[in-house]
Amino acid sequence: MQSSKRLDLTFAALADPTRRAILARLATGGATVTELAEPFEMSQPAISKHLKVLERAGLISMDVDAQRRPRKLEPKRLEEAVDWIERYREIFERNYLRLDALLEELQAKPSRRKRTKK
Amino acid sequence: MPKPAEVTLPSGREVRVTRTFNAPRQLVWDAHTRPELVRKWQGYDGWDMPVCDMDVRVGGKYKWQWRSREDGKQFGFFGTFTEVNGPSKLVHEQYYDPGDMDFAMPAGDPCIVSLELSEQNGVATLVCNLTFASKEARDGAVATGMADGMEHSYTRLDDMFKAAA
Repeated sequence: MQSSKRLDLTFAALADPTRRAILARLATGGATVTELAEPFEMSQPAISKHLKVLERAGLISMDVDAQRRPRKLEPKRLEEAVDWIERYREIFERNYLRLDALLEELQAKPSRRKRTKK
Repeated sequence: MPKPAEVTLPSGREVRVTRTFNAPRQLVWDAHTRPELVRKWQGYDGWDMPVCDMDVRVGGKYKWQWRSREDGKQFGFFGTFTEVNGPSKLVHEQYYDPGDMDFAMPAGDPCIVSLELSEQNGVATLVCNLTFASKEARDGAVATGMADGMEHSYTRLDDMFKAAA
């Protein structure tokens, strides 16, 4: 899958508070659909729907061989999403560090501010 | 020192960057709207900004272009201001001009760039909201060479500022 398509799925999956809570729960260890349904006061089919979205995004996986079929977190995809945000942040932060320097310079020497446009 | 920029994704097509500056917002506004100030900080290290034309009023146009000191390649952004309410809000529609660069963001629909400035105790908070035409455009804006291609020589502009100060 293209990386931008994959990110779409990841971000769409992360946009829902229930799904984020499921991920937080899975971060503490694998859990079955029944175990996941309990704290959220949701029906198992509703939870299964959320799990399907998370699975499609690659954020969780299912252990098919185990009888309880527990879901577990796939941290790699989550890291990828965090990296993506971090790159955006870096592009802006580099500019803003230069802006910090400029603002400092302007405040230190207000008389040297150029008023005329080029 | 101001806290580093915070990035959030309010929706599938948006990116929101929040940053504080140790300066009154009027000064931050000036730094965003006066070309001779804009070209001093906006850009990429190792790149000059030969074109920085801005007609800051509703319906006014702007054009920014950068040129690589290394190989002379150029690219830029251009657009139209749709809301000008200094020193608190500036909105423009931004188009990408790939120039000589071989990475392309989806062209056509503009990215809506909204800057909002507030001030408390002499510290300005800038909220920059980018609304892209599509999720693909949003992801493409950063997933392509934008970050990679320009990272190789980032220290020079910082040095320039040190020398100028």
